[in-house]
Amino acid sequence: MTINTLAKGGWHRDQMACFRKMEKVIVAMQDPDMGMKMRNQRLLITVIPHAMTGRDVIDWLIHKYNISEEESYHLGGMLVRYGYIYPLKEPRSLVLRADETPYRFQTPYFWTSTRWPATELDYAIYLAKKNIRKQGELMEYEKERYSVLHKRINHTWDFVVMQAREQLRASKQRRKADRIVLECQEQSYWLINRPPPGTHNILDIGLERPNDYSTRVILNSDYYKSEIEFCRRALGRNRIKSSICLEGFVKYSEQYQTHDPIMQGCLPSNPWISDDPAHWSMNAGMVQTPTRLRVERWSFSFMELLNDAMGRREFMTYLEKEFSAENLCFWQACEDIRHGESSRIIEKVEEVYKNFLAPGAARWVNIDSKTMDKTMHGIRHPHRFVMDDAQMHIYFLMKKDSFPRYLKSDLYKNMLAKAIVPQETKKSVFPFMRRQRHSSPSPAQAVTQTSEKDGAKEAGRAGTDSTAGSNV
Amino acid sequence: MDEMDQLRKEADSIKDQITAARKAGQDTSLQEAVAGITVVGRVQLKTRKTLRGHLAKIYAMHWGTDTTLCVSASQDGKLIVWDSISTNKVNAIPLKSSWVMTCAYAPSGNLVACGGLDNMCSIYNLKGKDGNVKVMRELAAHTGYLSCCRFLSDSEIITSSGDCTCVLWDIETGTQKTVFAGHQGDCMSLAVSPDFKFFISGACDFTAKLWDIREDACRQTFSGHESDINAIGFFPNGNAVITGSDDATCKLYDLRADQELITYQDSSIMCGVTSLAPSLSGRLILAGHDDFNVNIWDTLKAERVGVLAGHDNRVSCIGVSTDGMACCTGSWDSFLKIWN
Repeated sequence: MTINTLAKGGWHRDQMACFRKMEKVIVAMQDPDMGMKMRNQRLLITVIPHAMTGRDVIDWLIHKYNISEEESYHLGGMLVRYGYIYPLKEPRSLVLRADETPYRFQTPYFWTSTRWPATELDYAIYLAKKNIRKQGELMEYEKERYSVLHKRINHTWDFVVMQAREQLRASKQRRKADRIVLECQEQSYWLINRPPPGTHNILDIGLERPNDYSTRVILNSDYYKSEIEFCRRALGRNRIKSSICLEGFVKYSEQYQTHDPIMQGCLPSNPWISDDPAHWSMNAGMVQTPTRLRVERWSFSFMELLNDAMGRREFMTYLEKEFSAENLCFWQACEDIRHGESSRIIEKVEEVYKNFLAPGAARWVNIDSKTMDKTMHGIRHPHRFVMDDAQMHIYFLMKKDSFPRYLKSDLYKNMLAKAIVPQETKKSVFPFMRRQRHSSPSPAQAVTQTSEKDGAKEAGRAGTDSTAGSNV
Repeated sequence: MDEMDQLRKEADSIKDQITAARKAGQDTSLQEAVAGITVVGRVQLKTRKTLRGHLAKIYAMHWGTDTTLCVSASQDGKLIVWDSISTNKVNAIPLKSSWVMTCAYAPSGNLVACGGLDNMCSIYNLKGKDGNVKVMRELAAHTGYLSCCRFLSDSEIITSSGDCTCVLWDIETGTQKTVFAGHQGDCMSLAVSPDFKFFISGACDFTAKLWDIREDACRQTFSGHESDINAIGFFPNGNAVITGSDDATCKLYDLRADQELITYQDSSIMCGVTSLAPSLSGRLILAGHDDFNVNIWDTLKAERVGVLAGHDNRVSCIGVSTDGMACCTGSWDSFLKIWN
């Protein structure tokens, strides 16, 4: 068991943010004006004041945060799981029930965050008290833990028993109602901080992550000097206005919306629902005829074209017609150097030089003299990024010149014209069962809805899909 | 000490100027900028498949590129490669150390990597000659736990660690190529830009840093979170960084504006973000939380448009497949779920 004080500090920070937020909600719930209405709850013959029902909790959360019943139930459930609200009838069942089940707020004294972390000593005292009160009739797991503790902190056992006796004596002097409440609160605290075996441990934060700051940058004067340098440069950088940036995101999302299956579904069908892999076979690497969406995507940006093997092939065909195919070949060779095995870099760089850069090379590429000089200099000591500048130059050349012309070319236009638009598969076993085939409206419907004249059937389906909002 | 104080003051004053310059670049509020677009309708994804097989908490998952295969790592000491459509286990790799915290799938599909409290990144070759999956390399040099790793290719991998550094490794030789130091807290996650030239790291010092892979330099630092950054990702066009933190919020930082532009928060969300992934168009952000749920945000309107509830314990990892078709969530309840 690794006990690392720094890691402990890490625990603290991790959980605290969450606790503080929940505590704010709890305090708001108990606000005399805007908080919840409390009532008295009967527990056998005793009346417990200041209690509320599960239904009250959920309704209050719905109202306060303007959320759905489901989310309110989830949020309220979290508050119960973390012990801020505990059930009066079945204390071991830490669930929020959306009915008349009574609950009570945990007192801040027993908030997990207040007494963090729960100590072995306190747990031992609690079990000792229970042991005395119940005359040895503890639950099995409590008996086991009690004896383990007895061994482990045996040296303070006298103190434990003495404390237990003292606390029991003090509690006997309280009113019965108060005593019951205190017992409930304490029990609830320990159900959370020492959960019974087999139950969910809400305070489990996973692996203890030991910290080692030996390689961390030391905050000395050298560090600050370089920080200042860095900040000076950062100050001088060109910052694009936020309006332009945001507009960029809007445009990008709009452009890719039809390509986003989570937003718009996909044709012919969603393979996870229909078990039909047609979508993938239609969009496989080198199909005979690509889909329309795929060909359209090549026009979004030069990178999109280059990232698709088929797009690259088409572009290469076009460049061959223009007698500038060596540019793309060079670019591909440079990519191979950048991402390939280190052991073959030198050999590949030599190949590239021989084929593309040397005077009189078979596939000589046109690079400006400054870049060429820099590249030549770098080739003497080849490394993975030695071709970067030259590659960039050729990339921009293709992007600014060949790429726009390709998009206007007959080659591309023909490709687009003969591209497939898959039909949505109609797969219904029973005529009355409409399986929700997409999570969101299918693009097929978007297309047919624009043509208002026909497609009454499709419009009917659209109505069904958008209203068939069965919950997750 | 005087010199240090002076230097620190100077650094702080320049940082203040940077803050002012950033503010000057904010010529519009988010509301105004996106006023013309409507919020995405309620997004309801359903669980299509549940991948069962792990026996303990799942800590990480990663989709392969252009495939329905994904890899997951669990505290039961196994790395499992799943075919998410059939739910079959393609590989079940036993690990030397069961304290695994991260895993990654190489873009080529040939390699997977994992690491954790053993401070090492272990690379496994899935396409070995005899069909057995074996350890190909063990990259050891970090002095802290491995929190995240991502392949650049079959030859290079970037790792982030609890020792506050990120490292670029050469897999063939098993050596460190570059050490990216600068964070003041454990590096918790990293993401590589779409053009493979940059990567971003999120750390327990509440900041995210953009690093130039080639130049071995921190290009930009983004702050604003009030707690550890657990998850980080690029907006699909590579122009923005999205972070998720223990403070229960996600933030979008634009690289060109050099500042935070959007915060995704709701007073009813209290538990920290453990993982996040944008949808293919970037219009949706899916964020996994400690409270067992995944929240779906409309990226541009900063409104919550959906919830994925189905796990019985923390959602520890999330990923959207490269074709954008499906979202996979992994949880401490030992199950992976595929949603769309």
